[in-house]
Amino acid sequence: MFEYYLSLFLKAVFIENMALVFFLGMCTFIAISKKIETAIGLGIAVIVVQAITVPVNNLIFVYLLQDGALAWAGLPDVDLSFLGYLSYIGVIAAIVQIMEMFLDKYVPALYNALGVFLPLITVNCAILGASLFMVNRDYNFGESVVYGVGAGVGWALAIVTLAGIREKLKYSDVPAGLRGLGITFITVGLMSLGFMSFGGISL
Amino acid sequence: MSIRTLLDSLEHHFVDGGKLTKLYPLYEAVDTIFYTPGQVTVSASHVRDAVDLKRIMITVWLCAFFPMFAGMYHTGMQANLAMDAMDIQSLAGWRGWIVESVAGYDATNWWDNLVYGAVFFIPIYAVTFCVGGFWEILFASKRGHEINEGFFVTSILFALTLPASIPLWQVAVGISFGIVVGKEIFGGTGKNFLNPALTGRAFLYFAYPAQLSGDAVWTAVDGYSGATALGIAALNGLEGVVSSGITWMDAFFGSVPGSVGETSTLAILIGGFFLLLTRTAAWRIVLGVFLGMVAMSSLFNLIGSDANPMFAVPWYWHLVMGGFAFGMIYMATDPVSASMTNTGKWYYGGLIGVMAVLIRVVNPAFPEGMMLAILFANLFAPLIDWFVVQSNVKRRLARHV
Repeated sequence: MFEYYLSLFLKAVFIENMALVFFLGMCTFIAISKKIETAIGLGIAVIVVQAITVPVNNLIFVYLLQDGALAWAGLPDVDLSFLGYLSYIGVIAAIVQIMEMFLDKYVPALYNALGVFLPLITVNCAILGASLFMVNRDYNFGESVVYGVGAGVGWALAIVTLAGIREKLKYSDVPAGLRGLGITFITVGLMSLGFMSFGGISL
Repeated sequence: MSIRTLLDSLEHHFVDGGKLTKLYPLYEAVDTIFYTPGQVTVSASHVRDAVDLKRIMITVWLCAFFPMFAGMYHTGMQANLAMDAMDIQSLAGWRGWIVESVAGYDATNWWDNLVYGAVFFIPIYAVTFCVGGFWEILFASKRGHEINEGFFVTSILFALTLPASIPLWQVAVGISFGIVVGKEIFGGTGKNFLNPALTGRAFLYFAYPAQLSGDAVWTAVDGYSGATALGIAALNGLEGVVSSGITWMDAFFGSVPGSVGETSTLAILIGGFFLLLTRTAAWRIVLGVFLGMVAMSSLFNLIGSDANPMFAVPWYWHLVMGGFAFGMIYMATDPVSASMTNTGKWYYGGLIGVMAVLIRVVNPAFPEGMMLAILFANLFAPLIDWFVVQSNVKRRLARHV
């Protein structure tokens, strides 16, 4: 059992890395990766949000939305799965909001550093993506906890690495037309080439 | 007329106001190959050292000649043996014409082998050098930086990682990607974060897998199929390697199929010895890669597996098979894309060693893991440095509170 969860976790971190294999969550990925400290903060925030939202969404899907889920309420024929997107994003928005208040109160430095991008975690597609993958792959509650943490850790790892590279690239001499976003996109593409080393591993 | 007077007499064309101002980097590059630059520092404190980037890069370039000649010899020998086995009398086309006019097809004759290897390798290297040099000069003259000898190293290392039978246009595409996207768009040597030679190689590997992997590409004879030691090991384990006639000594001396430069571990280690002796390559990285590989392969030996024969391959086989030794000595030690701090070099090297074995053993998609392991570690090199620096800062603060 432990081995199974470990391989699920490693798969979510490396082989199906949210940022570098699926290219999800690009807006924050590129905007908040200028400094390593901030990237680490955002990475941790994303891990926490993923670790909470994916299992919560799993519960909502299993006990409220999926076909026949409402049998416990005496409604065995009701299929509410068309409400999926709405409910998942609602859960994500609520949790991000709580997180924002928490950071504002206890870690104001990080709160200020993340700025507008903290509420924007709500619309970070990596987060919604993880919930949708969870539904797609029929994960149970235990699997969705592991998958949520793994997807978060993978995304955090990618953004911290990108921040490290971008701090190094501060000393580079990029042609004027490519400065800023352009070179960052190319950098991310090259990083994804490095992550190809995991492509093809089946755990 | 000495070279100095010749260069001086040409200089006025290239400096400001001359007809060829745009090509000044080219003039400067040629000048500094022959003579050390004339500029002197005027302020009080400065470091005096004859070893600059140019000399370092030339050292690596010269040391890469060991695996190059060994590779040409072994490529030729493999091909001549294959021709004997398939009963082919001669090589078609202009290559055959050259081989026949200066040598023959005798696998026991070292000259014949060397010539056969050379007619395949030298065109690859020439194309790499010309196409890569074109981009280098174009960027240098347009963007006003110097032509750096880093390009010498990139070009020879790139050429040495290719199989001898690769079509030349792919060589041109690969080196273009490596030089332009891997290096020049970041501002040239010293400003990139990936090893440019490996970037080009990886691009080719994923873009044209048919010519860069499989069993048929390693021997420069049409239609001959000879798997690399790693390819056999991935399917049948070490027993398969030994029963196909490859001994450890074969793999060590290089008489096995493979990319041109990677086959002879002995030649690579000789080149590596000089690199380490002149302190051009960082010994911490080399040792880190080696120890990481030993640790990871021993771990896999301990775990064991019934389904995957690669688990049982011991470290001394990992060392001689595939591109491990070549990557360890020449690729991982690239000072630009590696970690800069001394502690960081250990972690960086260790990461490469661990990843290389991990990919070889666990990933069924790629029999060889060295290229991707180094690219992967390149991504983490700046981050490793950052953590090392932060921990140093923290320690120093703690000491002085």
